Amino acid sequence: MTSSTKIASKQDTIDYAARLGDDAIVIGHRISEWVSRAPFIEEDVALGNVALDFLGHARMYYTYAAQLSNEQNGTDDITEDNFAYLRDERQFQNHLLHELHKGDFAYTTARQLLIDVYNKHFLEQLKNSNDETLAAIAVKAAKETKYHCRRSKDWTLRLGDGTSESHEKMQLALNDIWGYSHELFELDELEQRLVDAGIAVDCTQLKAAWLKEVTAIIEEATLMVPDQDWVVSGGRQGYHTEHLGHLLTEMQFVHRSFPGAKW
Amino acid sequence: MQVIPTKSPIQFEREQFRRNSEFPELWQCLDQVKDPEIPALSLWDIGILKDIKRQGNQASVTITPTYSGCPAMDAIAEDIAIAFKAYGIEKTVIITELSPAWTTDWMTDKGRNQLRDYGIAPPNDLVGDHEQPLNSDSQVLCPQCGSADTKLLSEYGSTACKALFQCNSCHEPFDLFKHI
Repeated sequence: MTSSTKIASKQDTIDYAARLGDDAIVIGHRISEWVSRAPFIEEDVALGNVALDFLGHARMYYTYAAQLSNEQNGTDDITEDNFAYLRDERQFQNHLLHELHKGDFAYTTARQLLIDVYNKHFLEQLKNSNDETLAAIAVKAAKETKYHCRRSKDWTLRLGDGTSESHEKMQLALNDIWGYSHELFELDELEQRLVDAGIAVDCTQLKAAWLKEVTAIIEEATLMVPDQDWVVSGGRQGYHTEHLGHLLTEMQFVHRSFPGAKW
Repeated sequence: MQVIPTKSPIQFEREQFRRNSEFPELWQCLDQVKDPEIPALSLWDIGILKDIKRQGNQASVTITPTYSGCPAMDAIAEDIAIAFKAYGIEKTVIITELSPAWTTDWMTDKGRNQLRDYGIAPPNDLVGDHEQPLNSDSQVLCPQCGSADTKLLSEYGSTACKALFQCNSCHEPFDLFKHI
């Protein structure tokens, strides 16, 4: 590695903010697919609100990425919409876990448990970023994540320690997605440069605390932490599962049909 | 002499900041602008209004979002610009400040009372330490009848900032504005 590739550039920070925005918007969109389909009305409302929180996080990250892009290019017309609506599948760099299909309610609950607990630990570290804007976003997002974590823990206990059918569905869901969780703790060269600069979170350091917390909840719910050893990754490099393209098709449809449309 | 504080240091600081502003008429003007989701509360009383500056026929208003996905922010920005037109301000720039993050501690006492009158329990009506997470034993003073015999129905109400409760005494469902 040459020295020039070791030093974080502004473009690195743009890419990093966009990645975090991608995670948030993709999972936010997935959760929003539950609206009008949740088990009962209060849960419908809760899921809609959680989706909105994630959309809010995505907007903050994307707005920052847009601001930095404008500074770098001497432009003033790049906005959050460029990131959300005008990029294609390969340009999205979200973790694969976030894009997997909606699944049944146990599937959504299991995924939210893994993601919400991850976000809690991740944002706690991002608060210490040398980048003031990313740190400010983390403080704001962490407050909401506290509520997300409690909700997904409650549901995991309720379904895992519920009926034999809900228990079985929760275990199946955990088995189905567990191999996607390892990617959350990978660090590529781009993020390594930003970690060295004190900007990004070293997510390899989060795994022990995450696993401990997730394991405690899973076991309290009378479920088992899957012991399979398969791993799928590639989201941060833009290699996606079949699910993301379909999601983007729906999410970007209006903007592509009516370019420049504003509310 | 012992001084007994009648309001929290955070609220005192906010009020002092507002009192020292060069543009008291603009702060008063924005007292008319309500949160579109909770029309009982002004932007000041809910605690999202941070600063107002004016240069001739231009003004800048610094606000901080409540929840990051709050869909009301765009409507609020529009309402501010409309209200300022009456004061000869042609252009209003809205500055969104993320840090320090908004907290319900910035809500004024007047705002808390208005919220209760409107039928939403303010964060401080949660019995016990209102900074603790909600759980199935959480009890909130019912804004309708004042009873503390209530139950949590859902951690999320009609908006992300509220949780849904029901009163066991008068049986009315009601929202709690969550502490954040």
